Amino acid sequence: MSNPKVREPLMHIVKRDSMPLWKSILVRLIAVLLALVVCGGVIVLMTSMIPGKEPLNPLKVYAGIWDGALGTSRRTWVTLREAAILLCVALAVLPAFRMRFWNIGAEGQVLMGALGTAAVMIYGKGLPPWLLYTLMAVCGILLGAVWGIIPSLFKAKWNTNETLFTLMMNYVATQVVTFCVIFWENPKGSSKVGSLDKAVWLPNIFDNKYLLTIVVVLAIAIIMYFYMRYTKQGYEIAVVGESENTARYSGINVSRVIIRTMALSGAIAGVAGFLLAGDMGHTISTGLSGGRGFTAITVAWLGKLNPFTMILVAFFLVFMERGSKQIATDFNLSESASEILTGIILFFILGCEFFINYRVEFRSRKHAEEVVKA
Amino acid sequence: MTPMIEMRGITKRFGKVVANENVDFIVNKGEILSVLGENGSGKTTLMNMLAGIYYPDEGQILIDGKEVVIKSPKDAFELGIGMIHQHFKLVDVLTAAENIILGLPGKMRLDMKKITADIRALTEKYGFEIELDKKIYEMSVSQKQTVEIVKMLYRGANILILDEPTAVLTPQETDKLFAVLRNMRDQGHSIIIITHKLHEVLALSDRVAVLRKGMSIGTVETTTATEMSLTEMMVGEKVVLDIERPEPENQELRLKMTGVTCVNREGVKVLKDASFECYSGEILGIAGIAGSGQRELLESVAGLQAITEGSILYKPKTRDWVELTHHTPEEIREFGVRLSFVPEDRLGMGLVANMGTTDNMMLRTYRDGIGGLLHRKKPQEMSERIIKELGIVTPGPDAPVGRMSGGNVQKVLVGREIASRPRVLMVAYPVRGLDINSSYTIYRLLNEQKKRGAAVICVGEDLDVLLALCDRIMVLGGGRITGIVDGRTATKEEIGLLMTKSDMDEKEAADHE
Repeated sequence: MSNPKVREPLMHIVKRDSMPLWKSILVRLIAVLLALVVCGGVIVLMTSMIPGKEPLNPLKVYAGIWDGALGTSRRTWVTLREAAILLCVALAVLPAFRMRFWNIGAEGQVLMGALGTAAVMIYGKGLPPWLLYTLMAVCGILLGAVWGIIPSLFKAKWNTNETLFTLMMNYVATQVVTFCVIFWENPKGSSKVGSLDKAVWLPNIFDNKYLLTIVVVLAIAIIMYFYMRYTKQGYEIAVVGESENTARYSGINVSRVIIRTMALSGAIAGVAGFLLAGDMGHTISTGLSGGRGFTAITVAWLGKLNPFTMILVAFFLVFMERGSKQIATDFNLSESASEILTGIILFFILGCEFFINYRVEFRSRKHAEEVVKA
Repeated sequence: MTPMIEMRGITKRFGKVVANENVDFIVNKGEILSVLGENGSGKTTLMNMLAGIYYPDEGQILIDGKEVVIKSPKDAFELGIGMIHQHFKLVDVLTAAENIILGLPGKMRLDMKKITADIRALTEKYGFEIELDKKIYEMSVSQKQTVEIVKMLYRGANILILDEPTAVLTPQETDKLFAVLRNMRDQGHSIIIITHKLHEVLALSDRVAVLRKGMSIGTVETTTATEMSLTEMMVGEKVVLDIERPEPENQELRLKMTGVTCVNREGVKVLKDASFECYSGEILGIAGIAGSGQRELLESVAGLQAITEGSILYKPKTRDWVELTHHTPEEIREFGVRLSFVPEDRLGMGLVANMGTTDNMMLRTYRDGIGGLLHRKKPQEMSERIIKELGIVTPGPDAPVGRMSGGNVQKVLVGREIASRPRVLMVAYPVRGLDINSSYTIYRLLNEQKKRGAAVICVGEDLDVLLALCDRIMVLGGGRITGIVDGRTATKEEIGLLMTKSDMDEKEAADHE
């Protein structure tokens, strides 16, 4: 009866029910450790190919990354503030993504927010500080919100594709900013708006020039967590995102929710623009957002749309980016080297989700023996 | 005689859930075998392992006495096993013949004439009625099913597995299908049908294999079985199969629809000139082939479907008529109309799959309470109460409803909808996919609502159930109301004829023009 051709496949995949929290954290830690080992291998392999040079010690490279991101108190503050501003943009796309509205236009919304703030900084010189700061914030938030509302209006009215629309709005925003930069250029002929007058910069708090951004963004993170979880509007966003049919069934005005949520999404992006122009860059340029609008998407999804997890992800990404600059100078490595390392670590962190959700079952020896006997 | 298929000690687990445990299963050559079991008893999982969709964790499969490994549907095909799933896998824009040969190896040039002739020979052999040049999107569900069966036969399948094949058919179409299946059996094919309809099992099959909670309870010859004995095997205890039907009391006109017409996205009329009235204290059944306008009818009352013509009026107990036509669900609610609706698509429309019971309770009531904050306390109490009263099996009120079994999902939905003490309660396919005990819970709940004076509208697919439960039965055919009959006196045949009536009338009318 036995058939020599009969062979059970070596392994197959089985879905897990659930995993205790400590175990899933352990899996993630193992993933990070494995990633570091693999990174080490890659570093040795890459640098041993350079003729006439000893391969680098991976531990030294890791130390270099740490040093670059957190080595001095100034570096630590910069890293924290950079993480905060990235988090801010990620918090902006959060409600839209929860609603399954693919807002990839945060880049443009941030730029427009920065533009609004910069305009006030340029024309509002001499205003009393409280009025100046309020106007800066209001204009930044408003312009960001408008940039978010436009695609949502089209979506609600004509069901246009929001992914394309928000993407295109990025280019429009860049062009608008380019126009304004030429208009405001200083000095003439430089095609740049140089650093604006110190009088219109946002103030330091607690004598620390990094703290304002960090505090504002953390406050937004807490508010967003609360908003998504404990308010009627947050509930509506979740229902619309899960199923528009269910939302309609329960009497939710889907168009209204889409427009309102995109206004919120744009407004928070506007806050990021306000902070970038008023507190960090003190100027306006097309590169001010620096791709954060796209990195923020990674942060939001890696953080599983949970504001607190997103804090960790934003910090990690900025940590690696800042560390990379350090090792680039220390070891004469290209900055892409660190991008490779970030890629490897992310690959392992994302890949380990598979092992949290599934189990791999190998051919059982018991069964194999039975087959042999038969 | 060596059996055609033998499964030995099959076990399949999904995480902690054991779908099949140590199941032994035998199919002989040239027989029709019914696999009977309640939902979640593991019938479909077991068959999917034969069809190569799942791979068993333990156990052996033998075909013609030889042990085989079925890792993919392709392996299954090569062994002559073809499975017809509940959801057909056909390309809408291709013809029947094109679908039948789709994916088969062949030469660069297709000789459609020869292929058509081959298929024709096959269909004549078994007595199929099929138009090979017709496109799939022009076909009825029953015709599509025929195409699926012929597709499997053309690929040389001699073991056919049909997953709940009669769920979408009229009684007349079911008879036709059974005739063809008997024909195929007589020509030596083995046929397995997965079902939970007892009278079909008795009418069609030679043997019945019963599964319960993933284990095989036994196989019996159909001639020695009765509905009662099979139910007992299936459920594990004696079940009373009678549905209660109290006499309607204090009837008042509650809902009136006049001349309503709806158009779908493609511009096709899906509901045509529908007029009916519904009274408090009655259950009005709606029968019809799937997709005859049932959904549009209910959704237009609920304010979810735009209507092009006609009006819908609601009569509150003490006030004057309220017009529901062209109003959104939100507005209808604000009018104070207590209208509850259990839609067909439970997780896609009635509930949010990723939310827990409590959050789903809030869908209807989250606007209550002052300010912008959610008030979770009342919904929390309500979900705890419903979980207890209806015996819902769930890890807790916050566990996502999407992970629950079909019966529990439906209890959450029905529980929420009747909690608002509706004046009009509309339910679509309330027991689809539910096991016998859950089904009877739902019938009991509907009767309770009827007794408290609600007007209950119930769209159903099992005519036996509609005839036992409803006071009146309205029949839809091709978007038209083709008749309203008395539930106490009407017969299945009568309703079956009304279900197909409108199509024929229209064809005749077209012929005259």
